[in-house]
Amino acid sequence: MSSHRITARTPGVFYRRPSPDAEPYVGDGAAVSEGDTIGLIEVMKTYREVKADTTGTVSQWFVENEDEVTIGQDLVELDT
Amino acid sequence: MSISTVLVANRGEIALRIVRACRELGLRSVAVYSDADAEAAHVRHADDAVHIGKSSASKSYLDAEAVLAAARSSGADAVHPGYGFLSERASFARAVADAGLVWVGPPADVIERMGDKAAARAVAAGAGVPVVPGSDELADSDAAVAAAAEIGYPVLVKAAAGGGGRGIRPAASDEELRRVVVEARREAASAFGSDAVYLERALPRPKHIEVQVVADGQGGVVHCFERDCSLQRRRQKVLEEAPAPGLDEGVRRAMCDAAVALAREVGYVGAGTVEFLLDTDSGEFFFIEMNTRIQVEHPVTELVTGLDLVALQLRVADGEPLPLAQDDIECRGVALEFRVNAEDPDDDFLPTPGEVTALELPGGPGVRVDTAIAAGDVIPPFYDSMVAKLAVWGPDRAAALARGRRALAEYRVEGIPTTIPLHRRLLDDPTVVAGTHDITFLEGFAM
Repeated sequence: MSSHRITARTPGVFYRRPSPDAEPYVGDGAAVSEGDTIGLIEVMKTYREVKADTTGTVSQWFVENEDEVTIGQDLVELDT
Repeated sequence: MSISTVLVANRGEIALRIVRACRELGLRSVAVYSDADAEAAHVRHADDAVHIGKSSASKSYLDAEAVLAAARSSGADAVHPGYGFLSERASFARAVADAGLVWVGPPADVIERMGDKAAARAVAAGAGVPVVPGSDELADSDAAVAAAAEIGYPVLVKAAAGGGGRGIRPAASDEELRRVVVEARREAASAFGSDAVYLERALPRPKHIEVQVVADGQGGVVHCFERDCSLQRRRQKVLEEAPAPGLDEGVRRAMCDAAVALAREVGYVGAGTVEFLLDTDSGEFFFIEMNTRIQVEHPVTELVTGLDLVALQLRVADGEPLPLAQDDIECRGVALEFRVNAEDPDDDFLPTPGEVTALELPGGPGVRVDTAIAAGDVIPPFYDSMVAKLAVWGPDRAAALARGRRALAEYRVEGIPTTIPLHRRLLDDPTVVAGTHDITFLEGFAM
């Protein structure tokens, strides 16, 4: 089994949930498919969805909800 | 003045604008800043600065407790909120007053009333100011359909607690309205903390005209004429102008009088903006909302009246009566303001935070630039994309347009795309040159 890291395409604030009271897009250990939304990045008052660019299982998060992120920063690792 | 130190509860160009007004009035200014803004111009230019939190707005400039603590620790005796952030949060205005500090703005209860769309419409009606035909708050979809039958389609579904163009959805039929009301209530609940919505008739192709008012809370209320802010994209203003081109003199007088009457009715204090939609065919105008703060586009009013609106805010907040009467205020020439946003007009206006590697600002006669960005600065991703305002003045509209073209040609920003090319295009567009653009114009404008 190999691993793959999804990175931030834009700087901003990372959210794991669609809204503060909602469930996370992706739970720990969950299976995700390519194209699934795994989080949001707020950049200049707009929200951009972060999509999984491969299929796999969440093995590790590198960021917490509401963390500030930079371009290229690792967000999450998938076992593929 | 009896106040001596002003806490500037904002960032960017408006924080710098307030710091400058304080300096000219002999007041000490205290900036607040987030992690991302430690080196920012508003911090460098203020007399003092207090760190209030992490970079994200909710953990810094929107953190009322942190801002209040900064005011207390820095010895400030007044708080100027600028626009955006906490400026229209009644609970913050109340907390500032309760802490024994001067709030540079209207009283909390005025912010509250004008911030609630339904209550604001009631104030307008009380002042004899026409409002867009609409409904009260709606209990459910059936109530909405019944209200729409009275108002007539197309309608807009609006969140009572919305603002800044957010929380507004159109509907053209009973079927669509039923669906939109459900969505709008859900969205309003999460975005504004209240699911209250109401209907308004959608006007076909109106102009957005707003009137600047200033009141001293001692019986003095004046208007400073109007601005045409019809060039909007996704309900965000892009280019503003004073006075409104082509506006009938009788209509202008009626709108300005209506704004003053409304400010009197609500017991307004400070600088505020009364926004109207104008049906240019009939000359009918309708109140839409009042912004209870300084406005982004205040420079165009300053350029045509010669007033310093931020200084007036501070003087009125300090308890001074207005230093001028209505007849002392004249509108001279024409001013245009171009909002320079860190957005890529060639890529669906996607935000473009990043480093400004080189910067050359326009200058010369009749040119004013309000910005807190210098060459080498990094525009952070955490805040609004508007990073500068270029304003120009000319003795007449043709001269202002020519000056705008000249200044935009001089303006050079490298490192990030901005909306400057959009403005260059707009000033060559026949509709904009004629001044006949309505609020739908820019949505259909192709880059």
